[in-house]
Amino acid sequence: MTESTMHRSDQSAYAEHLLNEAEYQQNFSDIHTPFSAHSAVVEADRCYYCFDAPCQKICPTGIDVPGFIRMISQNNDIGAAGKILSENIMGGTCARACPVETLCELECVRNTQDDSPIQIGLLQRFATDQASASGAEFFTREAASGHRVAIIGAGPAGLSCAHRLATLGHEVVIYESQEKAGGLNEYGLAAYKMAGGYAQQEVAAILSIGGISIKHGMKVGENISFAELQTNYDAVFMGVGLGASKALQLEGEQASGVMNAVDYIHRLRQIEDLGQLPVGQNVVVIGGGMTAIDIAIQIKRLGAANVTMAYRRSQQDMNASMEEQEFALSEGVRIVHWAQPVGLRIEQQMITGVEFSNGQGPDTDTYTLPADMLFKAIGQSLASIESGTIEFAKANGRIDVDAQRRTSQPGIWAGGDCVAGGDDLAVSAVQDGKLAAISIHHTLIQNQA
Amino acid sequence: MIDLKSTFIGIQTPNPFWLASAPPTDKAYNVNRAFEAGWGGVMWKTLGEAGPAIVNVSGPRYGAWHGKDRSLMGLNNIELITDRDLEINLTEIIQVKKDWPDRGVVVSLMVPCEEQAWKDILMRVEDTGADGIELNFGCPHGMSERGMGAAVGQVPEYVEMVTSWCKQHSDLATIVKLTPNITDVRNSARAAVRGGADAVSLINTINSIMGVDLDQMKMSPSVGAQGAHGGYCGPAVKPIALHMLSEIARDAQCKGIPISGIGGVTDWHDAAEFMALGATNVQVCTAVMTYGFRIVDDMIDGLSRYLADQGMSSVDQLIGAAVPSVTDWNQLDLNYVVKAQIDQNSCIKCGRCHIVCEDTSHQAISTEINGERGFEVKDEECVGCNLCVNVCPVENCITLRELHDEVDPRTGEMVSAEYRNWTQHPNNSMA
Repeated sequence: MTESTMHRSDQSAYAEHLLNEAEYQQNFSDIHTPFSAHSAVVEADRCYYCFDAPCQKICPTGIDVPGFIRMISQNNDIGAAGKILSENIMGGTCARACPVETLCELECVRNTQDDSPIQIGLLQRFATDQASASGAEFFTREAASGHRVAIIGAGPAGLSCAHRLATLGHEVVIYESQEKAGGLNEYGLAAYKMAGGYAQQEVAAILSIGGISIKHGMKVGENISFAELQTNYDAVFMGVGLGASKALQLEGEQASGVMNAVDYIHRLRQIEDLGQLPVGQNVVVIGGGMTAIDIAIQIKRLGAANVTMAYRRSQQDMNASMEEQEFALSEGVRIVHWAQPVGLRIEQQMITGVEFSNGQGPDTDTYTLPADMLFKAIGQSLASIESGTIEFAKANGRIDVDAQRRTSQPGIWAGGDCVAGGDDLAVSAVQDGKLAAISIHHTLIQNQA
Repeated sequence: MIDLKSTFIGIQTPNPFWLASAPPTDKAYNVNRAFEAGWGGVMWKTLGEAGPAIVNVSGPRYGAWHGKDRSLMGLNNIELITDRDLEINLTEIIQVKKDWPDRGVVVSLMVPCEEQAWKDILMRVEDTGADGIELNFGCPHGMSERGMGAAVGQVPEYVEMVTSWCKQHSDLATIVKLTPNITDVRNSARAAVRGGADAVSLINTINSIMGVDLDQMKMSPSVGAQGAHGGYCGPAVKPIALHMLSEIARDAQCKGIPISGIGGVTDWHDAAEFMALGATNVQVCTAVMTYGFRIVDDMIDGLSRYLADQGMSSVDQLIGAAVPSVTDWNQLDLNYVVKAQIDQNSCIKCGRCHIVCEDTSHQAISTEINGERGFEVKDEECVGCNLCVNVCPVENCITLRELHDEVDPRTGEMVSAEYRNWTQHPNNSMA
């Protein structure tokens, strides 16, 4: 939580503990009911085990979806998990948080037949949950290579890269600014998608391979310089994510009650007592992506009376999937389209309303929505990385990488949300980390020869 | 709605749906419930000779083969003939027949292969007023070890001998129940005909072991430390039953003997298929042991509607209607040519047709249409084998198209309208 956007004084303006303990428990528990062993087998049996399966082809990590589902149908849950994790070490998180309705489940051929895709996400979760409950281990390390690789950021990209490098026999040191590893899995995804401390459980499983150490509280450019990393390690991978929330560029944005959605979620994910979070009566969320949906639903579930998501363009233009939008609507969130914020109403340094124009819509009238809390969820941009000492080629404001996830700087690879061309999904970050690790490995081996 | 009344060797019943001689017909309680539900007749569970009662195991008697959603595909059992006292059974049969005069009650019998033993039991059954007897020459487990059941049914001479005893010593209509655990069922059926049987019924259950418990490393189900093979029945055996049924139906030496069809009959479709291949009525067991007697409701309604749809006025018109369509391989028309065709509008692009054809058959399905992922039949490779049709998850997506007056791209030859079977084929050196 950045202090600039949330002062202690903000708290006093809002009621605390709007709900009782049982309600908080209910509202932030696991959003999905996991499969039982029987229902998993029955669902797996629905899978047609397609040849050249579209679900596998669309998965950014290329998981052999028909293959793992067939294993579940044969009661080989652990084998299924092995198949998943060999391509996607964060298969557990992706099973919970992937927008499957826009990826594998969208491509399922059963949509064409009966409008009812195989529930691939839940099956993947079943297999990975069974595997973690069993304590099964799938990976061993190759003989020590003698190479050391530095990774910046212990998020999905960094951890994926680290794990693959560790299996290939390299030593990995991860520099992480936060207290916990996991990146957005720990600090960014909606709480009800990652219930039960799953992010840390998965991090522990990944680290159990050995050969990976994490230095927390380390920010490159502050506690350690890029130059030091380049000197002390044989290769560097950057999985720094996006640091800076985009601003509305409106007057009064510093007022109390105006917050970045990601900062609030960050705090929500770490807080012991949800009742201590400030919750407004009339909450407006600006944005049309997953973060906007996530903050809107979570603030509603924290007890906000009225939550309105305001998006500047049409429904079709929203980045959030139709399923996510419908989920928000079913939670009582109101979604307004063609709503371009043009002004903030501030009284006594406190937000009281947001003025919108439907400038891109059919007419150009302006109107004001009352708001005692305003969330900005209009995207994030790359925070500067030790500016001045090292420059990376960029594309669309993010680091430009090639197919092997190499940056313009020799010896430095990058992946995850900080690189251009991605889709800001954990699953893509995992793939970036994996591809970078393979590239780093080949480079190190070649240099050796 | 068409009336389903049925006449089988003179026994009139309101419908052709009977319960097979098995646990569901072991006592009056069950049979009364079956008749209340609407069943047309029952084959009373096999009676043995008077004397010490049969002893069944107190462990598992049944084992099942399940689909993934626990749908029951096959069942096997090691239960013996009735383990209730003969007198109790006979008393109940008398009462049941009295209470249900419009339903069929046939008593299944199995006694040692001695003329006197059969004489004794026949006299007792005659006194019950039952409509007939069914000779259990089929039970493959337990009793067969004692020289009864399948042990008789597997020797045509015994089948003929015991059948003739029954016809000689009683006036009861006599049905001979055949075992499928033989090489050619016609030999058993012909023996029954020679012995004077009024009808045959088939199939009884098939020798089987359901599986192995891989944790305990023993066959399953087992009675304590060991198990024994049982009789297999249920939906899985239907194709075997249909084949054997049709073999008898089209066998000249069986002289059109009436047949009661048994073996995996689960719904009205199955019943209609059995009847089309020559059965006068059908007997059901596994289906009621899976769902209860109430399923007869759907069977009655479904068959009646089907007959109406077909323009048939009675079940008799269905009996044997498809028998002429069954022949020997050497009579098949080798000039008949079909090609698979995929309806691109209903294709869901799962690719199963391609991969099975590519890996296991004729490499006749391509994976691209105009550069896009899609599946199409290569007529020049397709032999019309029907495998793609069978593995396609979408009904009627892949069909077989008949070739007429055109060149078969596979052979480069004109398709001939002339019928030519193997006995007429130039490649047949025996022709």
